Amino acid sequence: MEANTGGTGRLPAAFLTPGSSSFYDFLGQHSPELLPGGRKLPEGLTIEAPHGTTIVAAVFGGGVVIAGDRRATMGNVIAQRDIEKVFPADEYSAVGIAGTAGLAVEMVRLFQLELEHYEKIEGAVLSLEGKANRLTTMIRGNLGMAMQGLAVVPMFAGYDLRLGRGRIFTYDVTGGRSEERGFAATGSGSVFARGSLKKLYRADLTADQAATVVVQALYDAADDDSATGGPDMARKIFPIVSLITEDGFRRLTDDEVSTIAHSITDGRLEHPNGPQAPLL
Amino acid sequence: MSTPFYVSPQQAMADRAEYARKGIARGRSVVVLTYDDGILFVAENTSRALHKVSEIYDQIAFAAVGRYNEFENLRIGGVRYADLRGYSYDRADVTARGLANVYAQTLGTIFSSVGEKPYEVELIVAEVGATTADDQIYRLTPDGSVVDEKNAVVVGGNADSIGNYLGEKHRAGLTLAGALKLAVDGLARDPNGGSPRTMTPDQLEVAVLDRTRFQQRKFKRILGGQLGRLLSGDDSAAAEEPDASE
Repeated sequence: MEANTGGTGRLPAAFLTPGSSSFYDFLGQHSPELLPGGRKLPEGLTIEAPHGTTIVAAVFGGGVVIAGDRRATMGNVIAQRDIEKVFPADEYSAVGIAGTAGLAVEMVRLFQLELEHYEKIEGAVLSLEGKANRLTTMIRGNLGMAMQGLAVVPMFAGYDLRLGRGRIFTYDVTGGRSEERGFAATGSGSVFARGSLKKLYRADLTADQAATVVVQALYDAADDDSATGGPDMARKIFPIVSLITEDGFRRLTDDEVSTIAHSITDGRLEHPNGPQAPLL
Repeated sequence: MSTPFYVSPQQAMADRAEYARKGIARGRSVVVLTYDDGILFVAENTSRALHKVSEIYDQIAFAAVGRYNEFENLRIGGVRYADLRGYSYDRADVTARGLANVYAQTLGTIFSSVGEKPYEVELIVAEVGATTADDQIYRLTPDGSVVDEKNAVVVGGNADSIGNYLGEKHRAGLTLAGALKLAVDGLARDPNGGSPRTMTPDQLEVAVLDRTRFQQRKFKRILGGQLGRLLSGDDSAAAEEPDASE
């Protein structure tokens, strides 16, 4: 059936049958073997694959910032130093991924396509809630793999055009979705990042301050979690920081993140534990 | 039992072509033409929601005239084809030529199968390239023929008269405002030689495939204020990037 996409024959009936506006559903009906969760692994087998680690996000006045470190690990080995874990999902939302890198990146591709496909078929954009729910469905589709150790745990952040503010959603491996207030972290370094965010986060941050806060949190995560990478000054590999505002998605340039990272590492030379929150 | 009449294959095909052509000729036209930054689509369409011009993929768009349910079906099929192909291979592997071939096969099969009535649609599949020379425009007729068009093409009612006009007036290196004016002048002409109609922005559906957009998706609808300014000949309106929502 799928061979028809490569050849030049008549469109198969499934293509011309009125139905769902979802590409994920279409793929499930027409070519289920292409779905990320459509493959079956032998029972009881566990395989080792590169894992992505820490993603953090914070809401600020004009939107939301989402950032991720650049390290992928396989056991105690650093598998990749410059992996990308934060991707635009569409014009007004982004998804950050922790977990099995290969599956997660594939899930992001499918999620991006899902949103774009809906937009093209319907001529309208899904609501932010709608987008968050589609992601739930896709994580659920991966549950079989997750139970064999190949879990994908994304974080979804976006600007809600109807409510006029930034929002963050986190997920567990079963697709359980929860909206976070203010800030969130996921992945192996998330415990440390969350502690850091808790002390530094304030509701009245500007976009620049929010970007600084999330990089501070990633620094703290890298400080205590061996699977999270800090800013790599020598190789000039910096965290990926993306802003989503009313104007849409924007990934900060390497120069912008480099400036933030340098000011943070300079500060840490004086105070290795970073900025201090007041006691009371 | 009565014996069925013998109809020669030539006559059967001619009848089917005539049937489809008549259906298409009742509708209003769509004009597609190249300008210096891409490809412009202008349709006479008073509906804000039922589109004649749509995005298919990054650099590919679709325009159609005729029966709405039929071309909408083909449009959705095309989006599914393009998205599935891009997902299986790579986004760069989705081409207008491939899509035009699939449409041609689909239309051709329907046209010549005895059990189905021919589709009363005429389609345009266009792809914007890195330069004007790389732009591709394909026109598809109900019988599944594909015509590789250059510069300007019209489908729908009065296509011949508007097409001749555009053929004479179209020049390389038109600005967006210039191309839009030319397209609207073409649509507004009276085929019987009377005075041209006045076209207002709410009668027009306008979109572009703009190669200068920094986004991967080059398709953009031109709406409201920007359309009004372009129609009044203000070329600076072309440069502005409106919000992405459609």
